[in-house]
This record gives sequence, C-alpha cells and structure tokens, in this order.
Amino acid sequence: MTLRQVSDLVLLRQRLRATLSSADAFTLTRILTVASELGRNCVVHGGGGHCDIEPDAPLAGHLRLRFVDTGPGIEDVEAALIDGYSTTGSLGLGLGGARRLSDAFDLHTASGRGTRVTVVLACSA
Amino acid sequence: MRRVPILRIGDCLVVTVYADLDDGSAITLRDDLTREVARIGARGVLIDVSALDVVDSFGARMLGDVARTVSVMDAETVISGLAPAVAMTLVEMGVTIPATRTALDAESGLKLLGIAVARGSAPPRGPSG
Repeated sequence: MTLRQVSDLVLLRQRLRATLSSADAFTLTRILTVASELGRNCVVHGGGGHCDIEPDAPLAGHLRLRFVDTGPGIEDVEAALIDGYSTTGSLGLGLGGARRLSDAFDLHTASGRGTRVTVVLACSA
Repeated sequence: MRRVPILRIGDCLVVTVYADLDDGSAITLRDDLTREVARIGARGVLIDVSALDVVDSFGARMLGDVARTVSVMDAETVISGLAPAVAMTLVEMGVTIPATRTALDAESGLKLLGIAVARGSAPPRGPSG
C-alpha cells in the first residue's frame, strides 16, 4: 500500500490488524510498532513510498514487510541505527528499535536513490 | 483528524485515548492538554491508553512532551492502562516516557492524582419488585 502522508500509517496499521486477526496481543503490538516506525521513516525521511505486506513469507507463520521509498537515502546508516540519533528532533529510536523487534532486518540505501527496508517477524506459535 | 475530549475532574484533567490516533491528532491532543492545564491551573493529568494496541516512539514522545511541559507548570502526569504487550514493546525498543507515573488502570490513576474514588455498589434507585 502507498504511504504518502503520516495519516496513511493508521491505514497501514488497520490493514495489518486485519491480516493478523488470529495473532496474540504481543505479536500484534510488535508488528504494528515495527510497521509504524518504518512507515514513518518512509514518509518523513523518504518523502513517501510504499509498503508491501507478505503473509507467510519467507515461510509459513511469518510476515514479511518491505518499505520502499525513493527519497534521498540515508547518509550514514551506522549512525542512523544508533539509539538516540535523529535528524528531525525525534527520539531516534525508530530504526534501531524496529531492528531489535524484528526477527530479520535488511536495509539497502544509496545516496539519492532511496531506501528499502525489509523485515521478517514471526507471527504464530 | 480526531479530537480527543478532555474531561475536568476537580483540579485534574482526564483523557481516554479511545482509538489509534494519527500523528496530527496526537499533536493536537498534546497541545490541547498543555493549553488546558495552563488555562485552569490543573494539578494533574490522567491519560488512559488502555484502548491502544500500539504506542510507537512518536506516541511515546507525545506523552513525554505533555508530561515534561505540564511538570514545568507544576502539574503531574499519570499514564494508565498500558497494555502488557505495549509496555513490553516500549521496553524492547528502548523507549522511556520521562516525568510520568504509571497506573494499572484509570481508577488507580485517579487515586494517584488524589481524586477520591468511591467503592461499593451503587445506591438503590427506588423500590424494587
């Protein structure tokens, strides 16, 4: 789904709640939080982009989320992953926190060519 | 855009964040609350978040902003009803909400703010049978 403005994050969370209707509260909250953090980065830093939601990928009982933007890219990825690092006055915990909450985390970025973050989270016992 | 109603109980303000808010609505709530604390000289703010299944770093920052701002105005902030999953996820994220006290539910939160909460059954409403 398209992420153009921060209010789209509410729609993204709604979509995920529907996708994860049988998940327990801890799993649901974790996934909603990761999606909020990465989706907000997509809008605020990437100037908008989209999120692909893939249930049962790469294997059953998991959820793969891919956030893609065509923004300026992340200048210093190492710094961006450090807790407290922010270029916008935020808490600076979004990217690093999302990585900690995810079972797999993959980030590709290139100056002027956008950022692609792919995460996998287990979503059933 | 949603606007969360602010209730006044004695010299405290009480809000229930009844639904998942978009960022703009969260900012509006933060600004409404701090303005209202100043306007009535409130001594306490209770924010109940028991309806929420997610509080991300932005939401936590809004809560912390309210708490720090009103503490400068000599009011204290209590956050009640954080779901266990939400609390655990905030901890895993490394997010803390400074300048706040927390309560398990809204009733305990009101007590923390010194608001008397009557216990027991409601008085009879007239003849029965």
